[in-house]
Amino acid sequence: MSWTGKILRVNLTEGTVAAEPLNMQWAQQYLGQRGLASKYLLEETDPKCDPLGPDNKMIMATGPLTGTMAATGGRYSVVTKSPLTNCIACSNSGGFIGAEMKHAGWDMIIFEGCSPTPVYLYIENDQAELVDASEIWGTSVWHTDEWLHNKYQDPLLRISAVGRSAESGCLYAAIINDLHRAAGRSGVGTVMASKNLKAVAVRGTLGVGNIKQPERFMQVVNENKAILAANPVTGQGLPAYGTQVLMNVINEIGALPAKNMQEVQFDGAHDISGEAMHEPRKSDGKPNLTTNAACFGCTIACGRISTIAQGHFTVENKAKYWGNSGGLEYEAAWALGADTEINDLDALTYANFLCNEDGYDPITFGSTVAAAMELYEMGVITDAQTGGVAFNFGSAEALAKAAEWVATGEGFGKDLALGSKRLCEKYGHPELSMTVKGQEFPAYDPRGIQGIGLNYATSNRGACHVRGYTIASEVLGVPVKTDPLVSEGKPDLVKAFQDATAAVDSSGLCLFTTFAWDMTNIAPQIDAACEGEWTAEKLVELGERVWNMERQYNMQAGITRADDTLPERLKSEEGAARTGPAKGKFSEVEKMLPEYYEKRGWNEDGAPTDETLNRLGL
Amino acid sequence: MQKALLIDPDKCTGCLQCELACSYEHEGVFNPSKSRIRVFTFHQEGRFVPYTCTQCSEAWCQQACPVDAITLNADTGAKEVSDSACVGCKVCTIACPFGTVNYNQVTGKVIKCDLCGGDPKCVSACPTQAIVYVDADQTGYEKMRQWAKETDNNPAASA
Amino acid sequence: MQYIVAGAGPAGVVACETIRKLDKESAITLIGAEPEPPYSRMAIPYLLSEKIAEQGTFLRKTAGYYEQLNIKLVHNRVTGLNAADNSLQLDNGEQLKYDRLLLATGATPINPPIPGVDLEGVRHCWTLKDAREIAARAKTGSSVVLMGAGFIGCIILESLVKRGVKLTVVERGDRMVPRMMDDTAGNMLKEWCEDKGVRVLTSHSVTAIEKSDPLSVILDSGERLHADLVISATGVRSNIDFLQQSELETDQGILVNSFLQTSHPAVYAAGDAAQGRDFSTGEFTVQAIQPTAVEHGRIAAVNMVQNNCLTHQGSLNMNVLDTLGLISSSFGQWMGVDGGDAVCFVDKTRYKYLNLQFKDDVLVGISSLGHTENIGVARGLIRGQLALGKWKQRLQKNPERLMEAWLACSMGIA
Repeated sequence: MSWTGKILRVNLTEGTVAAEPLNMQWAQQYLGQRGLASKYLLEETDPKCDPLGPDNKMIMATGPLTGTMAATGGRYSVVTKSPLTNCIACSNSGGFIGAEMKHAGWDMIIFEGCSPTPVYLYIENDQAELVDASEIWGTSVWHTDEWLHNKYQDPLLRISAVGRSAESGCLYAAIINDLHRAAGRSGVGTVMASKNLKAVAVRGTLGVGNIKQPERFMQVVNENKAILAANPVTGQGLPAYGTQVLMNVINEIGALPAKNMQEVQFDGAHDISGEAMHEPRKSDGKPNLTTNAACFGCTIACGRISTIAQGHFTVENKAKYWGNSGGLEYEAAWALGADTEINDLDALTYANFLCNEDGYDPITFGSTVAAAMELYEMGVITDAQTGGVAFNFGSAEALAKAAEWVATGEGFGKDLALGSKRLCEKYGHPELSMTVKGQEFPAYDPRGIQGIGLNYATSNRGACHVRGYTIASEVLGVPVKTDPLVSEGKPDLVKAFQDATAAVDSSGLCLFTTFAWDMTNIAPQIDAACEGEWTAEKLVELGERVWNMERQYNMQAGITRADDTLPERLKSEEGAARTGPAKGKFSEVEKMLPEYYEKRGWNEDGAPTDETLNRLGL
Repeated sequence: MQKALLIDPDKCTGCLQCELACSYEHEGVFNPSKSRIRVFTFHQEGRFVPYTCTQCSEAWCQQACPVDAITLNADTGAKEVSDSACVGCKVCTIACPFGTVNYNQVTGKVIKCDLCGGDPKCVSACPTQAIVYVDADQTGYEKMRQWAKETDNNPAASA
Repeated sequence: MQYIVAGAGPAGVVACETIRKLDKESAITLIGAEPEPPYSRMAIPYLLSEKIAEQGTFLRKTAGYYEQLNIKLVHNRVTGLNAADNSLQLDNGEQLKYDRLLLATGATPINPPIPGVDLEGVRHCWTLKDAREIAARAKTGSSVVLMGAGFIGCIILESLVKRGVKLTVVERGDRMVPRMMDDTAGNMLKEWCEDKGVRVLTSHSVTAIEKSDPLSVILDSGERLHADLVISATGVRSNIDFLQQSELETDQGILVNSFLQTSHPAVYAAGDAAQGRDFSTGEFTVQAIQPTAVEHGRIAAVNMVQNNCLTHQGSLNMNVLDTLGLISSSFGQWMGVDGGDAVCFVDKTRYKYLNLQFKDDVLVGISSLGHTENIGVARGLIRGQLALGKWKQRLQKNPERLMEAWLACSMGIA
């Protein structure tokens, strides 16, 4: 049936671990991963709870296809209440630990309470134990990973961990797994550290063997692998350039936010693009990119493995950064580069390495640096705060310093670790924070791409591109091309993308498959693997159910219509795009929002109506 | 012409589809720890290396087996483990200098690549053609086999 | 040409097969001292644990196998050799003439010098006959004393436990498998066995066995154990007694040169009977292990047919053992070498142990507990004498990355 049917419940306060059966009725309604974990969170916690207190829970969840041969079936999600947004957080990650968790026999791990002292969770198949982590508390993710691998002497031990940024309270700390994959957004790492949980180390050798219809499953898996291979995005663009294939594309259409979103294009875009990662560096003649790399079971392999030139100023005499590690993905390159107007690819890679080494979200980090740079150029933030580091746009030195500070929570890093909303509020300029519900949005400008702006405004985890990636339609023409500059029709588009994404995020598969697949490709794979009947229609409805459930959580947490909006800079004529194809455009989010609510079956305050809730079985 | 697996690590992305296909084919489970082919990761170097049995002509595992449980499939050239004959003594696991025979503690038998009877599933699963099944003389395995000979005094006993 | 192979263990059978591959015409006679078809002592534990029947121990399973290869199988015991006359005496008085002879007569368990060791109810565990008698006595609930926790003792330990006996192991050394494991690992193995309900007495010996029903086993501590069955597994020695009247040079075993040729040019020796070259030390010793027997058998056969064309570089001493589910292995100079260095990983709670021994940047020995994945590569690394370069340092940090080290160093991967 593809679920293992088992949950591991870890009570950190008591120091206990216990197995319990998965609620299979809920599994039929919420599938797994994002949907099912959100259901558990909503049922088991008070949405008003302090996200960093013992009443918040943190759930690591796989989907039914996680650990199977379905292409990209290696995903897991971390679901909890976010300290950055005070909304529900769901951060997905690939790598290998999700599949390992499944192969160890667990659909989900629920962490509750707070450990009195630092611990890590060690899982070997059905055996799980909390182990003293005092030796690794206060160290980076990379050090923790190395320490655990040394301790257990098993190269196939898969590890998720938080770094020093999380421990020092950075509000956008990530949980890093497999050294450079991340449950990156919304501060899920901060929650983990608040529970005194340093790491989760998993070894699973049981596998997934209970596929409902094995032969049919293999057949549909193979058919759909072939579709991914034949598709130009998943078969060529992503393997060759990763998500960084977009840097030049988005810049050309005038939707590459730059200079803390004052601009919509960046002159240095090419220097930090996927193409540039292939070009030999002037410094050492080697390209930044060594190879592409896959997550578990992924036949796309968009991951970047990069180096920094050994002579680069960021890594001089720092041999630990001379080897290969996870390279830049588009949104990271945008935040660290375009939004800060820094065109030094190796400096961006260095900041990216640090984001992985000490576990923090490069999107929020880069955007916060950009906001700080604007404040610095305004004279609001001065050398007194930055310790004498000139914090101008375009300064790779400032970025490198900022990354080091946030990694350890030192100096000005304390301010930067707040995220841009709190930073800008602290310095009296809340309008300079490019956030929704406290979370920074990424690399697609709502002025030049109307649909994505509405998605940002309504995304349940605060601004986010991967809650409803309308870029597929508005820029890439998948499944159909829509005009990015017009707002008409976008509420429908946004809803469709949001619901489909929620379903994909609940399955164990990667969202990137949807460049080539739609629900009719995914449904048969789930149907062949899982008990129950799984049609494309059922999945879409399930996605909508998940979306509405997340909305319920957020409303109980205190979110209102007023939070479903964009910063003034993006939706006013004063902030309109100054260059490129979108010149003169601003986001029409306020115009789209009522229609969006209507399409969703929500009242004008943004609350799902009883009818909607009934229809979805909520 | 007999065929053999040709592995090009430069093309490997480390996705483990080969391990999943292999474990599914042989054990009915998606479980890399039961795969006959393994992908080794060199993180520092950014390399992934799939590796499995080369089906050496004078196979050490076969020679070392005390109960005749490893036999030659004349069609494919594979050295195959007979589960009914294998007693699980593990001598082959220490005899194979390539480390490609493993013990399955659950079944009490050893496992090794058997080329899936001539239709290797790792090959069809690999998305990047890092593993292909080609005429044996193209593979360069001869070099490795030669090495095995030199190391182990393995005579060219087919003379 | 008449080939005779004396001894129907793995060395003898592989030798016959190799001769036949190289020489399709000549006569080959294989002489086995035991009545059964050639079988493997390695398989006896699995017979005792009833995983297989007696046929499952046979070295070759195909019906009519030896006839098909035109190998004449003789069941008899060799009692003497007249090398000057190229003839071999059998127990039945028959004399066999040969052009080339391979002595693969194996080894026999030694009896510790203890009063009562020849009593009914005290057995070795070496032959199928032994196995049958052990099976008859080792019933559920019966008390068994196992003398010796060396490789052979340990390899039958599990099958005895599986038969449901109350088992006590008495080992003179200060740990289990003292010739395979160091103090730490040998005692981890002991703890493992004790945890599974086996009583293990190390640094103890049996001083006498007294006839009573059941038997009384008296230890050096004065303790008296009751035993329905006593199994003696205190070591083996080469079967070379029949050579006393011959001119063949012997020591612990039959002395051979680098071609596995004895002091008489027409006579070769292999397996447990032969004192062959040890790969690690270059010295000539009796290893008495299955992989070495096979290697000897093959190389000796090639040299018998093709006039010493193949040099035996030495066999790597290695062992693998499954003791109640805890798998251990050792290779080469696991105890280390002068001027070498080592790395040792120990996790007592999880019963994991991995000890690597280096000489310069070459791996020379390994011992392990609880590590089975790709373990054969230890042999490749040691036998290949691969220069590890930077991988030595990496292995010192992460000894379990043997396979990566192998790939990196043998294929230039990284």
